[in-house]
Amino acid sequence: MKVVLRNPKREMEVAGATTVNALLVELSIIPESVIVICNDELVTHDTHLGDDDTVEIRSVTSGGA
Amino acid sequence: MRCRSCRAQAIIDLRRHNAAFCRACFVRHCEEQVRRALHDYRMIPSGSRVLIAVSGGKDSLALWHILRSLGIDADGLYLGLGIGAYSGASAELARSFATAHGLVLHEIDLPRDVGFDIPEGSKAARRAPCSACGLSKRHLFNHAAITHGYDVVATGHNLDDEAAVLLGNTLRWDDEFLARQYPVLPGTEGFVRKVKPLVRLGEREMAAYCVVQGIDYIVEECPMAAGNRHLTYKDLLNQLEERSPGAKAAFLFNFLERAHARFADAGREQRDSLVPCTGCGAPTPGEVCAFCRLRERASGSSVPVPVPVTPTVRSSPSRAGASRAGAP
Repeated sequence: MKVVLRNPKREMEVAGATTVNALLVELSIIPESVIVICNDELVTHDTHLGDDDTVEIRSVTSGGA
Repeated sequence: MRCRSCRAQAIIDLRRHNAAFCRACFVRHCEEQVRRALHDYRMIPSGSRVLIAVSGGKDSLALWHILRSLGIDADGLYLGLGIGAYSGASAELARSFATAHGLVLHEIDLPRDVGFDIPEGSKAARRAPCSACGLSKRHLFNHAAITHGYDVVATGHNLDDEAAVLLGNTLRWDDEFLARQYPVLPGTEGFVRKVKPLVRLGEREMAAYCVVQGIDYIVEECPMAAGNRHLTYKDLLNQLEERSPGAKAAFLFNFLERAHARFADAGREQRDSLVPCTGCGAPTPGEVCAFCRLRERASGSSVPVPVPVTPTVRSSPSRAGASRAGAP
């Protein structure tokens, strides 16, 4: 599947991950720090992913206070 | 995963609440959390004129959207920080949101109206960029609210922001900052009332709210924020949250309910003996306020300039500037 990461924006191909949760584990991303958008739809961590999916992993952490 | 409320397909899971929500129920959840914050902390007195500190980011735009959904009119103020393309993009997003929803957006441009930008000004003043930025925002939002007769300034600080600030304040046991860490700061002589209606919602919820409502916000992080302490605290808290869902909320709300009052008197003597700044008239413990000192070092000019607040009216003339809050 195609995975789009933000901050900075970059793309990568990932094979083998079966769910959003597994993908985040594989990429060592803390689920609490991101939202995941699969084919333009917001999805939960148990959502199954396929090889044809485009998955955006969007950081939600902002630095100002 | 199914929605906790209606059993439809969920779009987001929130481990802190041990729940997942579909789109419609998630929007209701966010509105309800803001409604509770407004009510529990009596944030916005009925009839108040509300000014939102708008950055073009997810939190301030979501806050503006949710307050409107709750029937609370508010105008916005965007502060241009002069951070290159980042400031240009965030300004455009703030303007687009205001235009699309027929809202009033005021603007102050730091380089044009005050004489310095954050990247160069912070260097000249030998302050960290986030410190110079925060000081400028606090001063100028307060100045603009008083100048234009607003009763309340609402900011988009969320649960994660507040928990991270609390962690920093607690690690230093900074009792004066702990005394001021509360979702509402009442207005006093020279200071407008400040409220944080998103205090019950986390960063994931705010980003998700923008996605489901189609709110276009600046996703990229401010280039000046990289490596700052606040981000480190957020990362540490997210690691805790991963092992113990609800840890951030428990940390913050137990402080607010059980510990904040113990710090209430810290710094009171200094707060009670503020005098007008000789440069701008804002309350300050010394002769010249911190913002005027920053401005003097950053712009190289010792002459205070009146800061214009450019009203960029994006609603119909009959509505512009007439907004007042109903009872929350």
